[in-house]
Parts: sequence; C-alpha cells; structure tokens
Amino acid sequence: MNRSLSEISNDQQVQVVGVLQSSLKVKLMEMGMVKGKSLTVLYRAPLGDPIAIDVDGYVLSLRKDEAKLVEVEQINA
Amino acid sequence: MKVALVGNPNTGKSSIFNLLTGLRQHVGNFPGVTVDKKVGKLRIGKEDHELTDLPGTYSIYPRSKDEEVVYDSLSDSQSENYPDAVIVVVDAANLERNLLLFSQVYDLGIPTLMVLNMTDLAKKQGKTLHIDKIQELYPEASIVEANARAGFGKDRIKEGLVNLKSRSASKITLAASDDLKAQEVETEARFKTIQKNLGDLESKEGKAKEMSRGEKLLVHPILGYVIFSLVLIIIFQFVYAFATIPMDLIDGAFTTLSAWTSQVMPKGVFTDLVTQGIIPGIGGVVIFIPQIALLFFFIAILEETGYLARVVFIMDRLMRPLGLNGKSVVPLMSSVACAIPGVMAARTISDWKERLITILVAPLMSCSARIPVYTLLIAIVIPDETIFGIMNVKGLVLFGLYMMGTVFALLVAVILKFIIKSKEQGFLLLELPEYKSPRWKNVGITVWEKVRIFVWDAGKVILAISIILWALASYGPSDRISESVKVAKIEAAELNLSEEETNQLISSVELENSYIGIMGKTLEPVIEPLGYDWKIGISLITSFAAREVFVGSMATIYAVEDDGASNKTLVEKMKGQKRRDGTTVYTLAAGSSLMVFYVFAMMCMATLAVVKRETKSWKWPLIQVGYMGVLAYLGAWITFIILS
Repeated sequence: MNRSLSEISNDQQVQVVGVLQSSLKVKLMEMGMVKGKSLTVLYRAPLGDPIAIDVDGYVLSLRKDEAKLVEVEQINA
Repeated sequence: MKVALVGNPNTGKSSIFNLLTGLRQHVGNFPGVTVDKKVGKLRIGKEDHELTDLPGTYSIYPRSKDEEVVYDSLSDSQSENYPDAVIVVVDAANLERNLLLFSQVYDLGIPTLMVLNMTDLAKKQGKTLHIDKIQELYPEASIVEANARAGFGKDRIKEGLVNLKSRSASKITLAASDDLKAQEVETEARFKTIQKNLGDLESKEGKAKEMSRGEKLLVHPILGYVIFSLVLIIIFQFVYAFATIPMDLIDGAFTTLSAWTSQVMPKGVFTDLVTQGIIPGIGGVVIFIPQIALLFFFIAILEETGYLARVVFIMDRLMRPLGLNGKSVVPLMSSVACAIPGVMAARTISDWKERLITILVAPLMSCSARIPVYTLLIAIVIPDETIFGIMNVKGLVLFGLYMMGTVFALLVAVILKFIIKSKEQGFLLLELPEYKSPRWKNVGITVWEKVRIFVWDAGKVILAISIILWALASYGPSDRISESVKVAKIEAAELNLSEEETNQLISSVELENSYIGIMGKTLEPVIEPLGYDWKIGISLITSFAAREVFVGSMATIYAVEDDGASNKTLVEKMKGQKRRDGTTVYTLAAGSSLMVFYVFAMMCMATLAVVKRETKSWKWPLIQVGYMGVLAYLGAWITFIILS
C-alpha cells in the first residue's frame, strides 16, 4: 500500500512510487525522488520536521510538507 | 576563451574554482539580478582564459534566482555570458544524481569537460567507476579525474580544456524555464537512461549507511541546540576578544595619521577635508575589517565542515513561522557582533524573499557598536542597585535591550512575511554533506573576498557619507561659526581658561553653530516628546556615521562646563545637565527613551551601504531607514511617557 514519505518512521527503508503533482515535483525528482529509488529515513529534526533521508548514499533533508508529496511503499518491515 | 563552471552543490566546485584561479578572481554582477558573478583568470600556457563560477544547482531548470543565472547563461547563445566551453564538476560518489545536470549541459552542444571529483570518497564507499563506459555514454565529452580537496587535478583540467572535443551532435533545445510538464517528462527520461547504464558506469559493493554517534549528537532534539549555543558562544568570545585589539590599533593609527597630516600640510580647507573628512572616513571603513574577517573565518569553517547544514536542519522548523528559514539563523546571530557580516552572510539563502527579510531585520539585533552607547546611558540614568539580592539592575537593563532588539527582529520578520510578495514557493531541499575537515585555502579565500567586497563596494558609500557629515559639522551659514568662535575666545579669556579648555570650548561652539548644530536645533521640537534637547539632536545626527560616535559627540558638546574648571567625567557632566527651567536633562525617562531609540534606529551608514550592495538597489536600505526610524521614534516616545 502506498504511503507518503512523511509518515515513514526512522530507520525504515522504502521505495519511491512517485511524486504527487505540484510545482515542486521536478525539483524533488532532480534530488533523486524517482520511481524505484530506495530511501532510508535517517532522523528528524526536533519537532519532527524537517526529515533527513538517505538517498543512494547522500543525505537529503526536506520539510514535512515536501515529504508529503513523495509516495512510497515499504520494502521491509 | 570563456569557460563556465557548473555543478551540483557540495561537489567541491568552489574548491576546483579556487584551485584553477587562486586569488586571481573577482566578483562582478550578472546583469539585472542580485546574484554575484565570480570570475577568475585561468592561465593555460601563456594564455589567459575567463572562468565564470556559476551558482551550484542540481538541474539546469531553475527554482531560484541563483539558478536562473545558470539557465540564462547556458540556454541563450546570444547572451554575453554564453561560454565557449563548460566544465561540469561531477561528484563521483553521487554519480546518478550528478549525471542529470551533466547530461543536460552535455546536450546543449557546447564543448564539455567532465571533472570527476571526489573519486577517493567513491572508493571509500565501495564504488568503482568505469570511466570508459561513461565516455561511451557521452562520446563527445572530455573526462578527467580530480581531487580538489587534496589539491590535485589542476594540470589535468587545463590539459582537458586544451584538448576539448568539438561538438557535432545537434544541440537539444531546453524546455522553457516555466514549462514544468516538459521538464518533468525530460527529467524522467534522463534518469531512465542514466539508471539503465549506471550498472555499467559504476560497480559497488553494498554498504549500508550508518549514522555516526557524532551525527546523532549534533541533531539531537536537546543536545543539538546545546552544542549550537556552545559553538556560538565560542565564536563570539573569539570575535570580541580578538577583534578589539586590531580595532583599537586601527583607531589609534588613523587618529595619529590625521594629527600628523594636519601638522605637515598647510592649514586650509583642503587639509581639513583630508584630516577630518577623508582619513577618518577611510578609518571608519577599515575599522570593520577585523570583525568581518573573524566572523567569516568562523562561518567559512562551519560551512566547510558541513556543520552549517545541520544548523539549518535543526533551526528550520523554529524559523519558518517567522517567514525565515533555517539558513537565516547564522546571519542573524552574526549581527549580534556586527550587522555587516550578518547581511553579507544572508547570501547563502537561496529564496529571495527569505533572504530579503533576513537582511531587513538583521540590524535590529543589537550589535557591538551599540555597547558604548548603552554603557554610557546606563551609567547615567540606571541606579546601581541589585534586586533579589544578586541581580544587578544595570546588567538586567543591558540584557533587556538585547532582548528587545531580538524580539523585534523576529516580530518585524513575521510582519514582512505578509507584506513582501513572492512568486517563489519557499522550500527546503537541502543536502546534508559528509563531515569534512575544512580546507584552509577555501576559508582564506572566503575571508579575503568578503573583506574586499566590503572595502571596495560599501567603502565608497561610507567614505562619501563621512565627507558629507564632516562638511555639515565643520561649516555653517556665512560666518556664523567664526563669529561665535570669536565670542567664545573672549569668554574663555575672561574666565581664564587653560589652552586645552579653550580649544574644547571652541570645538563645542563650532559644532553648535555648524549645519549639523542647526539641524539639531531644528530637530528639537520633533524630538522633544521623546525627552531630548537639541544637544542630543546633534549627537543623533552625527552618530549616523556609526553609533559609537554618539559618545564622542557628547564628549565634544559637553566638553566645557559653565564653571570651566572641574575635571568631571563625561558621565558626571551629563548627569549634571539641566534644562533652561532647571530640570534634569538625563532623567530615567529620557535616558531610557534614548536607549530604546538606539535599539531600533538604523544609525549605521556602513550597514546601509552593505544592504545597498547586497540588494543592488537603494530601495531596501531606504525602507530599512524608514521602518527602523518609525520603530525608534514610537518606541522611544512610549518609553518616555511610561517612565515620566
């Protein structure tokens, strides 16, 4: 089942399904949020926002609002 | 040959730029935008080439003003920035993401050199690059390896530039910068191609990323803030401890130079212009260099090590409701020492609106130049008492003034958030780079560049205003000054004043009858509701040069007391000041009102000059003078009413 990246808890590995239509879509894709990419949620800033994720060996931080645009599916529980 | 340097952020692009050009670089302007254009001279053999460092970007399609420069420079072959060749710096450890930008640039049909940087890091991550396969995918590109951190690759890059392959493939026209749909389709297709070939381009042994213990501490919900506060405290300790020594030296040196020049040169207007206008004016520019250099030394280290990105990460959520983002924290904190480096440091904020708000509120943070003013006024009007047994009232007031500046900086930011319109949507997609030890060459170049920008660009404005202020303080209508000096001399003779006292009386009378003195007197009805007299009015005008000048002007104005005998300190003299009706001038109400005025008022031409430099227009510094002036007047007025 698809979920948004913002709901994934720390240390979970997920796979990108797609990015929701928005003005940030291309930008998110450029940062590596493309279909099939596996991501690991690393940690969150105090107050739970922004979120830091591992994308292929580099660490990207993005705000919760931006993470909401990324649809993912769980790889391993 | 015109060469453009492009690449993702954090790929070591600026290291490569520094490696290739050293100190032979200068900062110019991209026409029409507020983005700095860094151009350096690249010498190959006996020929000089022009190397332009374009802003770091993940894609050729722009999302910010900085990135628009990249798009505009590379998409329009008629543009004056259009290069003859492009160097694309590619982070070998992040090949897939970096190849997106590379492939976009490659397809433009400009001769292209790929510089594979950080190959050592890729190896450490268990990746092996197959350069021959990369070459196959982009047959018309030249590819070289470099390791800018270790300082190697310079000759190879130069060699690569000489042997650039000519382009035959027809170039691909870019999508319009606002055609998101076309960009989406294109980006998707590009990634598909890259991913299909990536297995051939690099082979990697699977290695999961572990979060280090240090990283956990730095972004910890509580300890993260504690560590950041400690880092700030250490930086400020260094800035205060070390900046004052050269500042005092500079101050002394320029005073001596003025005195010496006035002795050597023949008496006259020109000498006065040099000794009282130009030399102190230049001194007023140079005096800021130690603070700017020290702060940027530390900011550059924070940036180089990767810690700055973590600060942005933990502060972003807190700053967002204020219309700012995590990147505003360091500029605002720097402004506690001095707003000039603060305003200049705001350049790292890519969103124009957030950057502008940061610049506009930064001078509300109480800077070190306000300390002499606060200390003098606190000494005069605040009683030396303690409350709760330990809290010193004077200390509390000083703390309160700092808090007042900070709180209002944040409040004004919230208001500006609703006033300033922006088409750009604020977002934070920030790479948290690996921790690295700083490269001292890059730190040095950053410090040098910031100081040079300040001295050359802002220095001109500061010098011009200094000269205007000098003229206003030295000249009055017709022979008003000379007449009153005559009267003062007679008076001094009658009172049997010493030579020093006579000179003090004369300078006091001269200031009173100059244009500034007249302006101060004209201003009196305006500032009377705040509890000030015309003497304070004069100091308000003169201290526009710099806040601490207030103390010097006060000393000049009150140089000679009526009895002309006592050797009172300035504090004692000011405490004893009476109005014509016999009431004290510096009451608690008037003194506090004056302190509040200095918390808010934009009394610093150097900061104004820097804001003009950074926003590339006079509009914003003038708005700043306006809103801060209104705040200062209202704040001082309310304070005066409440306390009297």
